[in-house]
Amino acid sequence: MAYQRVAIVGAGITKFVRRAQETGKELAFQAAKMALDSCGLTMKDIECVSLGTAPDAFDGVHMKGEYLSDGSGGWRKPYMRHFVGGGTGVFAPIHGWFHVASGMFDTCLVVCSEKMSSCHPHPQGAFKTIFDHTTEQPLNPTLIWIFALEMNRYMQTYGITKEEIALVSVKNKKNAMDHPSAQLPMEITVEDVLNSEVLAWPVNRLDISPASDGAAAIVLASEHVAKRITDKPVWIDGVGWNLDTAYWATRDLAYPRYVEKAARMAYEMAGIKEPQKEIEIAEPYDPFDYKELHHMEGLLLADRGKAVEMLLDGKTQRDGDRPMCPSGGALGVGNPIAATGLMKVIEIFLQLRGEAGKRQVPGNPRCGLAQAWGDLMQVGTVVVLRR
Amino acid sequence: MRERVAIAGVGYTAFTSVSPGVSYREMTYEAAVKAYEEAGIEPKDVDSFVCTSEDFLEGYSISDEYCNDQLGAVLKPVQTIPGDFMHSLAVGVMHILTGKFDIVVVQALSKASNMKTIPEMINFALDPVLNRPLDVTPYAIAGLEMNRFLEEGRATREQCAAVVVKNKANALLNPLAGYGASITVDHVLESEPVAEPVRLLDIAPYADGAVVMVICSERLAPSLTDRPVWITGIGWSTDTPTLESRDWVDAVAVRLAGDMAYRMAGIKCPAKEVDLAEVNDEISFKELQHLEALRLFEEGTAGKATEDGRTSLEGTLPVNPSGGGLGVGHLFECSGAQKVLELVLQLRGEAGARQVAGAGVGVAQAWRGIPSTSAAVAVLCAD
Repeated sequence: MAYQRVAIVGAGITKFVRRAQETGKELAFQAAKMALDSCGLTMKDIECVSLGTAPDAFDGVHMKGEYLSDGSGGWRKPYMRHFVGGGTGVFAPIHGWFHVASGMFDTCLVVCSEKMSSCHPHPQGAFKTIFDHTTEQPLNPTLIWIFALEMNRYMQTYGITKEEIALVSVKNKKNAMDHPSAQLPMEITVEDVLNSEVLAWPVNRLDISPASDGAAAIVLASEHVAKRITDKPVWIDGVGWNLDTAYWATRDLAYPRYVEKAARMAYEMAGIKEPQKEIEIAEPYDPFDYKELHHMEGLLLADRGKAVEMLLDGKTQRDGDRPMCPSGGALGVGNPIAATGLMKVIEIFLQLRGEAGKRQVPGNPRCGLAQAWGDLMQVGTVVVLRR
Repeated sequence: MRERVAIAGVGYTAFTSVSPGVSYREMTYEAAVKAYEEAGIEPKDVDSFVCTSEDFLEGYSISDEYCNDQLGAVLKPVQTIPGDFMHSLAVGVMHILTGKFDIVVVQALSKASNMKTIPEMINFALDPVLNRPLDVTPYAIAGLEMNRFLEEGRATREQCAAVVVKNKANALLNPLAGYGASITVDHVLESEPVAEPVRLLDIAPYADGAVVMVICSERLAPSLTDRPVWITGIGWSTDTPTLESRDWVDAVAVRLAGDMAYRMAGIKCPAKEVDLAEVNDEISFKELQHLEALRLFEEGTAGKATEDGRTSLEGTLPVNPSGGGLGVGHLFECSGAQKVLELVLQLRGEAGARQVAGAGVGVAQAWRGIPSTSAAVAVLCAD
């Protein structure tokens, strides 16, 4: 049995900021309204709603999906929240895809809202309780420590330097100068990154994306409905997701095998045989600068240990051969976890439609990819889009 | 005609008030092994896994990190639903209906005995600005709603108590149930007041347990099981989260979810076509409210039907033959799983002393509990 083909027909993103005046519900409402307005639809046209949002501990609200339901447009509709940690933002369109591809619905509103600023003194506090309560929490680890371990392992394995990795941060923060939602658009240098405060070596402050409030939304439609809504649908041609073991200390952190598994699943569905040739533009998840390179390798967009060469050659610049994070990514636009992933999907949507404005990459790309990652360095979520 | 989805294997632990000997991981493992054995599969045969968890209930942020090892689902497509098991079941059904997935595993768990401050935690589900500062017990919300239900003349206080009597009696026949008892209406009415008119025995006590199910496409079903139970309809819905603007009499989300599931299953007249039901009875009156929302009884008649024994095991429409939440225990996000499990056992004719005669079509309904307005409904059929 063949599934219904699913298109993205509309999108909206709020501004990403450190501390929004709006509640999470209001952010969700704003993004949902922008997405609906962008394709001339109203809630009457929407048959179901899918919500993505990261841990409840950010907002301090139990059953956060229930709390956000009215702001997200879920009122008296089939409404469901899904959750794959930090990978949630790119899983959101995948979850929406099931709704429509299964034939059960023809339209789906996908909303991702995140309000991290409610968590005092800093949202990093919420991450203290992600570790195993028996074997890890007694060591009192923070999230940044384990990424320091991973970054160090990646650098050691392939002989990559901090100076090289800092170039990702420089590139993405500069790209964000052209993004209207951006929280941290900056023109900085490698020296600035290296001289910023050390948080947990080798991670410096400018190696990390900020904590943010923000929301994003897209509208999905089945093929026959999409063609009535827009003459520029962007098709979800491949979806993939994968979860590795929670026992992260037993894994080689140099390579994200779960990202590769997720990518292969999406490529197989999209009929992509040679990702390095066929994926023209990508938004790999970049909460830390090294992660962009790490994920390019997991996505098979670069050979192992070689992503840094593409970076040094300028290939991953917006005007390069293989633009990576042309939006400015999590490092530049900001990182309201679930909303970031969906922002990345929206960037590919806009780029493929040729509507990315000052951020538009040259060459009229036809095929792009967005990816997010999360949990204990454990989840990969991948979406392949084509126009 | 849409393809049907089969439940090909079920695995479960007993539902108990405490489970000190096993961790939450071991509980899921026990259920998973049983489910896989029943369907004759290995985890490697599974195309995707759908787990169910809520961070605050599990005691973790990003609790989905800890769902896959004990399912044998490492490096597999695994996702989590912060909802009821029946929401996860709906996701599994959607996966299979895309035609890209043939075998999906759905899991839910309750380790309520690990939670030390359940009412305080439930208060964290209230609006942080408008409602939470009132700092009332969450059962006050149930009390307000029950009061309204009674005031509108939809049932009598005694009829609500009769639900408790029936369900706890049914649970005595269910070896999995933790809270079976032989009591009378007076026992309920004279039990300790919690939030008038809700009394202690009106409330489903908390329980631990895990359920794992293997579901598959119609095409593959014959190779996994010779006693499939078919999911012919599934629906879900959410009303407003706002206390101030919700409907305090009717379970609107249950009505919408039920209608969606009936439409998919091609059921025109539920009261005639459904043989038995497992509905949410977290508070006694909710069973009556939910039965009416599901169109199994006319408005204001479910209470009388209960009093008359029409929803008993021998009645015309047995309701909560398992003992329901009141008899089995409130299992949080695993609540719907226990209901679907009971229907599977009943429709296969494996329910032992509580077997309902002639069970062919069953309806299971979940509600996400106080203070939510989210519900899910499934229609299940015997082969």
